[in-house]
Amino acid sequence: MDNKTYIEQLISFFSNDLGWGIWGDVTGWIVVAVVYLAFFAVTGLYLVLMERKVAGWIQLRHGPNRVGPWGLFQTIGDAIKLVTKELTGTAKADKFLYNLAPYFPIVAALISLSVFAFSKDLQAFDINIGLFFLTAVSSVGVIGILLGGWASNNKFALIGAMRSGVQVISYELSVGLSLLTMVLLTGSLQLSEIIEVQRTGGWLIYQGHIPAIIAFMIYMIAGTAETNRAPFDLIEAESELGAGYHTEYSGMKFAYFFLAEFINMFIIAAIAVTVFFGGWLSPFGITEGIEIEWLQAIFGVFWFVLKVGMIIVLMMFFRWTYPRLRIDQVLTLEWKYLLPLNLMNIVLMAIMVWAGFTLPWPF
Amino acid sequence: MDYEAQIKKNQFRTEEYKINMGPQHPATHGVLRLNLTIDGEIIKRVEPDLGYIHRGIEKMCEYDSYPQIIHLTDRMDYLSSHNNNEAVALAIEKALEIEVSDRVKYIRTIVGELTRLASHQLWWGVMGMDLGALTSYFYGFRDREVINDIFEETCGARLTMNYSIPGGIRYDIHKNFVQRVKDFIVHFRSKLPEYDQLLTGNIIFEKRMKGVGILSKEDAISYGVSGPVARASGVKSDIRKIKPYSAFAVQDIDFKEPIYTEGDAYSRYKVRIDEMWESMRIIEQLVDNIPEGNIKEPTKAVIKLPKGEFYQRVETARGELGVYINSDGKKSPYRMKFRSPGFSNLSALEDMAVGSKLGDLVAMMATLDLVVPDIDR
Amino acid sequence: MTNQQLQDLINPWFENLAFTEEATEFLTVTVPKEKLHDLAEKLKSNSKTQFDYLFCETGMDWGEELGVIYHLRSTTHGHEMVVKVTTKDRTTANLDTVCDIWKTAELHEREIHDLFGIKFNNHPNMEVLILPPNWDGYPLRKDYVDEVNMIIR
Repeated sequence: MDNKTYIEQLISFFSNDLGWGIWGDVTGWIVVAVVYLAFFAVTGLYLVLMERKVAGWIQLRHGPNRVGPWGLFQTIGDAIKLVTKELTGTAKADKFLYNLAPYFPIVAALISLSVFAFSKDLQAFDINIGLFFLTAVSSVGVIGILLGGWASNNKFALIGAMRSGVQVISYELSVGLSLLTMVLLTGSLQLSEIIEVQRTGGWLIYQGHIPAIIAFMIYMIAGTAETNRAPFDLIEAESELGAGYHTEYSGMKFAYFFLAEFINMFIIAAIAVTVFFGGWLSPFGITEGIEIEWLQAIFGVFWFVLKVGMIIVLMMFFRWTYPRLRIDQVLTLEWKYLLPLNLMNIVLMAIMVWAGFTLPWPF
Repeated sequence: MDYEAQIKKNQFRTEEYKINMGPQHPATHGVLRLNLTIDGEIIKRVEPDLGYIHRGIEKMCEYDSYPQIIHLTDRMDYLSSHNNNEAVALAIEKALEIEVSDRVKYIRTIVGELTRLASHQLWWGVMGMDLGALTSYFYGFRDREVINDIFEETCGARLTMNYSIPGGIRYDIHKNFVQRVKDFIVHFRSKLPEYDQLLTGNIIFEKRMKGVGILSKEDAISYGVSGPVARASGVKSDIRKIKPYSAFAVQDIDFKEPIYTEGDAYSRYKVRIDEMWESMRIIEQLVDNIPEGNIKEPTKAVIKLPKGEFYQRVETARGELGVYINSDGKKSPYRMKFRSPGFSNLSALEDMAVGSKLGDLVAMMATLDLVVPDIDR
Repeated sequence: MTNQQLQDLINPWFENLAFTEEATEFLTVTVPKEKLHDLAEKLKSNSKTQFDYLFCETGMDWGEELGVIYHLRSTTHGHEMVVKVTTKDRTTANLDTVCDIWKTAELHEREIHDLFGIKFNNHPNMEVLILPPNWDGYPLRKDYVDEVNMIIR
């Protein structure tokens, strides 16, 4: 294997082996995009099912269990319902913005997905500012929420959208700074680089010990807030605002918002796994020794998805146990507690890296 | 101050606007409509608009016979339906000077306390849901089902029971009743600490509840609030202590009235949790020694009350329910008035809510435990 | 304080107070409508009576007269009494409000206004509370007729 990623191999198959030239490149990328889209859709839908199952187990009930074995096809039924549902709208809505809004969160989420390393050599784009790109793109989604709340000409939606704007802008800081803390350890923003550092030196949460654990906790809190999930689901706080910013959306337009929330959850968990828990690396390197390339790639995906799943379950536990915060408490938590703590944590991490206090990997 | 001047003073220009909370809204638990005037998230004015489920029960009573009236009272505060039945039955018995047997009194009180428990369980679940913790809903309903099953076995209905009638109770208790109530107490004594584990100590929950919707003792009295809302503000208002009725008048039952002085949402929450413990104690003291006796005293086929005014109060899960009967000696009352606890408690809402955030309003309404058919009647 | 002691205490305050205690457990006093507000204020502020808790406010239609019944309790002393006030004017019935004394009266008086058509002077917000804004008539009055919705046996 001449050191090409799987995606590069695929594209070179179309352009070189088939001799299609530039059109081969285009075809190759379209194939990649379709595969990613399919993965995206399936992930989103099955995260919904997973959430309902987890909620069921916490709440003394079974969750969906009628459609298919263990309710596995429930979510497909939901999808068909959402696609076929009538699109309603308000008469006095700003039609252009109203129709545009749902695409922001979904497109932003899809773009973010493209830079993750799912396994060794399985990454669509391995750009050198990967982490920066992720934080930048994931904040585009809030534009859609603001637009949706504003354009639907509904006061409840507007309140929800304004809350969301305030909240996401605030918590972006904490997400960025806690990731920056970890970048001090790796010295690189490139995701493949970050994983490579952990292959030899142990997972970053181990290497960076105390400041890394603090950074992880802050990241989880801020990440939950950025995905607008309970206990930070003020933007759709159903007992206060009815449904918040998507009150006036229905059918597939609503589904875009809804799916984007779950994909965002996947993204937040995937960043956490990449930065803190060694990405697709197996614990203690138990599967890295396998010689067969394709088997190793599959194991990489397996470990990645498993770890992401565990973080997502953690976020679901948050949702189904905690009550919702109030808007001023949300902001107090960020600006008075998380942000100063985060800044101190960066200094601590910097000193630690400078003085060489990171934990060596004994294995 | 005009816009330019405000810009010069470097202030934001804010505008108040109105939003319509209800009649279809998840937090109003029914068809209560609140016209809110808010500035950003700060509440400036709360105007309740009632009548969306007003059925004119008081007018209907003027054309119904007394046994028929009992059926209407179920539909007021449907979570305390037995207490409502009991209030009317007691008022009629007071007017007719009927002394029911101790068995009836004991059974009425046990069922009444079970109703209170069921109501508080539902309140607890729904309150958690209002604050965004959906899990509590299922825990509350799990335990409420057990009580409803007991009711179903004894009187055939789970919610609108019609169990008390003038002169006694409709049927004797089912033979399983005593054992099932005892089993329930054992069950719920182990489950109630779960309620505390899920919400009470949670830091987010405490932040949402403490210092929210404060009602001072003076205001609480002036607004005529009763029940747990009054007790959280330090007002002793338990009718079971002030004017004992049914078994409370027969036996000296050992229970305490939980009193808190903070008057905030958190103390209203604590009062209701404490009340659940106290209700279980009351039931435990009564259930083992239900005396033998008639379950119904004979009344005339057509009940006619003597001329006069009769007032009877009972303590429902929401507070003091008053039944005022003005009789002119006919088979229907000349005027019947229900003093519903929810109506008076609602009157305190605006005073609590002004100046706080939209999210707090939900916490206040949840801890006031408003039942809209009780307010509208 | 017993009902008799209460009566002896309150009787000298105003002229024309009519006390009854027939067929009810409470001491009942009927007050002329001009004196209502003064009596209410004194009942609350006097240290021996301190009726600070208005637990029930009932609108009444006695056929010729309209009126309101106030059920009062003192949270400090624990005694209770009833104040009645009537007005013969059925077209422009109006009484003084007591919502500056007992705040809960604000909502109760709005309800009575809707259902009995008694207007309360000096009430801060005498708007329709329960009925739709365009409702005709006062449903709880005895002479109210609605042939469609009322079932009269």
